[in-house]
Amino acid sequence: MTRRDDIPPDYREVKRHGMFPDVTHDDAARFNFLANLNKHLALTLGAGNGLAWRQRALPGFVAEHGREPRDRFEIRNAMNRDPWHRFWSACKRNSMEMRQQAGRAMVLRQLDELSGRAGQWNARPTLQLNPSVQVPRYQAAVDIHCMPGSYHGEVFEGDVSAGANYDCGIFATTGGGLGGLSDGGGQALVAWARRERPGWAPKRILDVGCTIGHNAVPLAAGFPESEVIAIDTAAPSLRYGHARAQSMGVGNISFVQMNGEDLSAFPDGHFDWVQSTMFLHELSGKALPAVIAEMARVLKPGGLMLHLEQAAYTDAMPLFEQFMRDWDAFNNNEPFWSAMHALDVPAIMAGAGMARSGHFKAKVRAVVDAEIFPQAADGDGEDFGRAAIWDAYGAWKPAAADALEAAQ
Amino acid sequence: MSDFDAVALAGKKAKGKRPAYFDDPAVDRLLGMVLALAGEVAVLQERNDTVERLLDAGGVLRREDIETFRPDRDTAYARGLASREFVARIFRGVQQDMESLAAQEPNVEDVSRELREI
Repeated sequence: MTRRDDIPPDYREVKRHGMFPDVTHDDAARFNFLANLNKHLALTLGAGNGLAWRQRALPGFVAEHGREPRDRFEIRNAMNRDPWHRFWSACKRNSMEMRQQAGRAMVLRQLDELSGRAGQWNARPTLQLNPSVQVPRYQAAVDIHCMPGSYHGEVFEGDVSAGANYDCGIFATTGGGLGGLSDGGGQALVAWARRERPGWAPKRILDVGCTIGHNAVPLAAGFPESEVIAIDTAAPSLRYGHARAQSMGVGNISFVQMNGEDLSAFPDGHFDWVQSTMFLHELSGKALPAVIAEMARVLKPGGLMLHLEQAAYTDAMPLFEQFMRDWDAFNNNEPFWSAMHALDVPAIMAGAGMARSGHFKAKVRAVVDAEIFPQAADGDGEDFGRAAIWDAYGAWKPAAADALEAAQ
Repeated sequence: MSDFDAVALAGKKAKGKRPAYFDDPAVDRLLGMVLALAGEVAVLQERNDTVERLLDAGGVLRREDIETFRPDRDTAYARGLASREFVARIFRGVQQDMESLAAQEPNVEDVSRELREI
């Protein structure tokens, strides 16, 4: 049977690795509804926002101010008074909350068993928790994605609820766009590296802000000779992510509780590849450059730095698109999203010693099993900020000889 | 079994002040209930479809069996729990409003401004 992208795949297509919660008929049906609801809100009804803006809110703004809006915030203030946009936003907010309740209901009812299952794998030295690592303010100020407890919440000490809930619901918000293991971003990075540097065999890879490791495990699997270190501040996500990787038979990845702002556990030039995926937007104004500086420090000369994010708000991007892409910032508890997408990340990388001559930008599209899962298309731009297609901010660190030459 | 209420915790409010989408907060609440009900109807439809397909595939289901069905205690508990979850799901918004009354929270906009500076 041919794949049809107009309907998200059934939730039962999500791959059940060894840590995946047991899914009842109605759990699956609930996620199927949410996947369809999200798709409908984004791709069918999402267009109504542009109509409301052009037909109603923009003329109103111009009448009131005698000029067009100067930035995305002025559009947001105007649109937040528009009844259509308000209703659409309210529906979308509800779909996010429903997704959390659906995932948590499924996970919490079997949390004892799940946490016990994780325990089988988590005594191994590839999980290194450090209770002295604090949850930073930018992770604790609000519950990111409206996930009660965010990435670090626990129902009981040592549980895996945050990681399990995060994992099981990614399907619903992306309509299956990230593939059966929600790892389409990581798979894309492997494909990108193989294409760009055929035969490259990075020895050590660092993934910062790994959550459950869904985008780091593909690197470990794709480069089996490498040693991957995945760090995060959230122990419940690490416990789940480590057990998940182990259950999949991927042993060359360690999950370490560590804050990316302080990589002092690693010497200068330790890694061949340092990266983050969909992580920078969950930092803060000072933490982001601090993390990038530390990543640059632990990167070997000649090594690769890569950050996957949604497209930046450049002057070339229409203000209305910037406003739409900002929806998650204020409606889905992503409070740094708006500021981050307006940052000049390449400038911050250059400031950290990643010379501009080594910079590149690439469009990266999720790699998924196209027999079953929808592939991100260029036209997915209407799904502002959610499409499984990202901008990669990349830089090759100058080799020692190049750096010396540049300095001279 | 650890001592926690999975149904109550599943619907816990996320930290962060919820935007008000409508002038009358009751509209926010009612929309949440309508969407939750819509979701549950979708679940019923899917379940119904499952039953139909199983029957189509050669199973037998007599109406009399349904009329005279008596759940044992375990089954009755499972059905009661499902019923409680159904209600909890529909009343999530109302219950989370109640949780909001317990804690004053800054607007996410304010947190957003703060995070640029720290």
